[in-house]
Amino acid sequence: MSLKIHSIAAALLVLILTNSMHMAAASTLVYCSEGSPETFNPQLSTSGTTFDASSRQIYNRLVEFKPGTTEIVPGLALRWDISKDGLEYTFHLRQKVSFHNTEYFTPGRYFNADDVLFSLNRQRNKSDPWHKVSGGVYKYFNDMGFSNLIKDVIKLDEHMVKIILNRPDSTFLSNMAMDFASILSKEYADVMMKAGSPEMLDIKPVGTGPFMFVKYEKDAFIRYQAHPAYWRGKEKLDKLVFAITVDPSVRYARLRTGECQVMAYPLPTDILSMKKNPAITVDEQPGLNTAYWAFNVRKPPFDKARVRQAMNYAINRQAILDVIYQGTGTKASSLIPPTIWEWKGIDNDYDYNPNHAKKLLVDGGYPEGFEIDIWAMPVQRPYNPNARKMAELMQQDLKKIGVNANIVTYEWGTYLKKSRQGEHQTILLGWTGDNGDPDNFFTPLLSCAASETGNNRSFWCNKRFDDLISLARIELDKQKRKKLYRLAEVIFKQDAPWLTIAHSVRYQPYLKNVQGLKIDPFGGIYFSGVSLK
Amino acid sequence: MPQLLLRRILLVIPTFIGIVALTFFLIRLAPGDPILLIAGEHGVSAERYAELQKQFGFDQPLFIQFADYLSQVLNGDLGLSVVTQTPVLDEFGKLFPATLELALIAMIVAIAIAIPAGVLAAVKRNTLIDHSITAISLVGYSMPIFWWALLLILLFSVNLGILPVAGRLSFIYDIESVTGFMLIDTLLANDKEAFIDALHHLTLPAIVLATIPLAVIMRMTRSSMLEVLKQDYIRTARAKGLSEFSVIFKHALRNALIPVITVIGLQTSILMTGAILTETIFSWPGIGKWLLEAVYRRDYPVVQGGVLLIASLVILVNMVVDLLYVLINPALRQK
Repeated sequence: MSLKIHSIAAALLVLILTNSMHMAAASTLVYCSEGSPETFNPQLSTSGTTFDASSRQIYNRLVEFKPGTTEIVPGLALRWDISKDGLEYTFHLRQKVSFHNTEYFTPGRYFNADDVLFSLNRQRNKSDPWHKVSGGVYKYFNDMGFSNLIKDVIKLDEHMVKIILNRPDSTFLSNMAMDFASILSKEYADVMMKAGSPEMLDIKPVGTGPFMFVKYEKDAFIRYQAHPAYWRGKEKLDKLVFAITVDPSVRYARLRTGECQVMAYPLPTDILSMKKNPAITVDEQPGLNTAYWAFNVRKPPFDKARVRQAMNYAINRQAILDVIYQGTGTKASSLIPPTIWEWKGIDNDYDYNPNHAKKLLVDGGYPEGFEIDIWAMPVQRPYNPNARKMAELMQQDLKKIGVNANIVTYEWGTYLKKSRQGEHQTILLGWTGDNGDPDNFFTPLLSCAASETGNNRSFWCNKRFDDLISLARIELDKQKRKKLYRLAEVIFKQDAPWLTIAHSVRYQPYLKNVQGLKIDPFGGIYFSGVSLK
Repeated sequence: MPQLLLRRILLVIPTFIGIVALTFFLIRLAPGDPILLIAGEHGVSAERYAELQKQFGFDQPLFIQFADYLSQVLNGDLGLSVVTQTPVLDEFGKLFPATLELALIAMIVAIAIAIPAGVLAAVKRNTLIDHSITAISLVGYSMPIFWWALLLILLFSVNLGILPVAGRLSFIYDIESVTGFMLIDTLLANDKEAFIDALHHLTLPAIVLATIPLAVIMRMTRSSMLEVLKQDYIRTARAKGLSEFSVIFKHALRNALIPVITVIGLQTSILMTGAILTETIFSWPGIGKWLLEAVYRRDYPVVQGGVLLIASLVILVNMVVDLLYVLINPALRQK
């Protein structure tokens, strides 16, 4: 008898186990991510890894980027009005938006204007009691100029917030869609502050987004669960797991064995084999980045535009794309990538023409050529897989026009610092866009102001160019702005403070049973709207 | 014996301070700046830089920073990570059980294979068996861990599909972390399947991490056994008519083990270095990976604290080995 009961119990157990395994597998998506987040509060970070784990699954913003594009759509704000002078933005907030109901917090009210004020004021006001919590470094908020731009944030009523700016800024809305502008719960913050553990707000997040935080073990995994009362409707996935897997070859191995269904950042050398694998889909899109070679115009011979143009003609960019990017890059004929406003390269871009380059050098007064330094980054970056090798290829090209190049490199932090101080003659570097606005490339990299701070590595300051991009920054009409940027780019190309090299292509591999995954131009990943077949 | 213990403990103090000083200054000698690395291409304004430096305490003269750090350490506070702003000790405490579990299992695997194989090689000296064992040990010792691990993953996980690629447990199981040791936690949760799953996950990383200690211990066992087997007392034991088993395992191996134990003790530091690569490849959430990342990001408090804690561990293990050595070898006890 007892044996019988035991065997029935065992059979039941097996049934339950296999059943629960099956159920779990049916609605759980495992994503092999590339690293551990630094925090779960996107205000405190600049790292894509942190944003993927926090803002992109857990939080919403007043305005958001339409999935897969750089277009602005309503988020927690239903709509917004902009005053004629471009200084006042009034946001009409969505009503009945629920915050996550988790094991550690039960919300007592819906999202309202207090949450918006709390989220912005923590970063803005040095006297805010939250400002110093968790280190209090709000890098992006400062980087995007918000600390000087925002004059005041005013609650008009429960569902209306007015943000007053110090000056008109056409990039303001794009910046408000960025991760650092995510909306956190003031109610939860108050509870944590009262409990004497304010930092929990940044460790155990509560948001309004599609997924709720469940559990995190550093360097191992993050578990999420669908937010049942999500204002856009409950997600099809019940559970989401980030399996933190640092090595890209191992991520690929896990994808092949089905341990995860989606993987982050594949190795360029694995792309071909992934594309051949019938179980894997590989989506691709030019990344929101540009790799460039900047000439320090404060140092001869690069003070002469002819020399800079000669450099533009001398380098065989196709060879760089073939050898360095191995097909994972597209030629950058513009300083901004085509993902921004469907930007098309400019007509007067330079072709590879060593003879013409040589002629320009003769015209410029350097018939014998000269010797230069090329600074090459010591690290791999999203826009440049191997700067040292790239510099070696360039060295070969330059030799053909009588220019001897020495390759110089430093530790990454030192490299950035020394080049900011203008110690270099020419430098390989790049930029990854933050908000999908052209200004985000023009102003920080090429404005006269940026040549003062050193972020403009060519130290090129052209008055006409600068006036055009300043005008474009204030102008609110997109078509007019586009024209202004076009004009500015013509000047940039003619005066040639840079050689624009490439935009790296972003690849997103995932298993065929994953549906609805959209490749994100900002390089992140969103699991809202994704399901498993 | 108590005297010896006291002497050893007193010696630890200068070693400890030396380690604190060495890690503190070495990481600062290396070029790089945590603030600039966080800033990346975006850069940071001069005022903001000064503000951050002050916040992290990097604006003070180096020796004052060191004195502050030392007094902090003596009070049991290892500071906050620059990147995550969480206490270094907390992070270490959460990650260390995973490393310890892997290291212990790897050590057990290494000893269980290395000692019998070493004995066998010594006993069958200059035969094909001896040569093969020596050759395998040489290969094992010279193998780049990174490559070896990927090779095993490709064979056992991708091609044969019998072992998982990475991680500590499949995601269908959600085991509450009580001790931090997955094998124990799954048993505490009374989930046999999860326990077996955890064992599966341990297999490949343990083999990879065991490879170098295995080779070293095997070679040491072999040469030590060869030495002992030449001794007169072995001949006497054989002359007494004892069985070959008894001669080898009771008389020879016991004596041969003394240097082997020293080598095993020394392997702890090798295990810690090996853990960095092994943990990175197998996504094992331990301190190896944690430290490596901290070095990349110049997260000074983490590097200092992590190295200090690991060094303390190595000192402790070496001390235990020394004492064990005395216990095993009566000749030393007299001194």
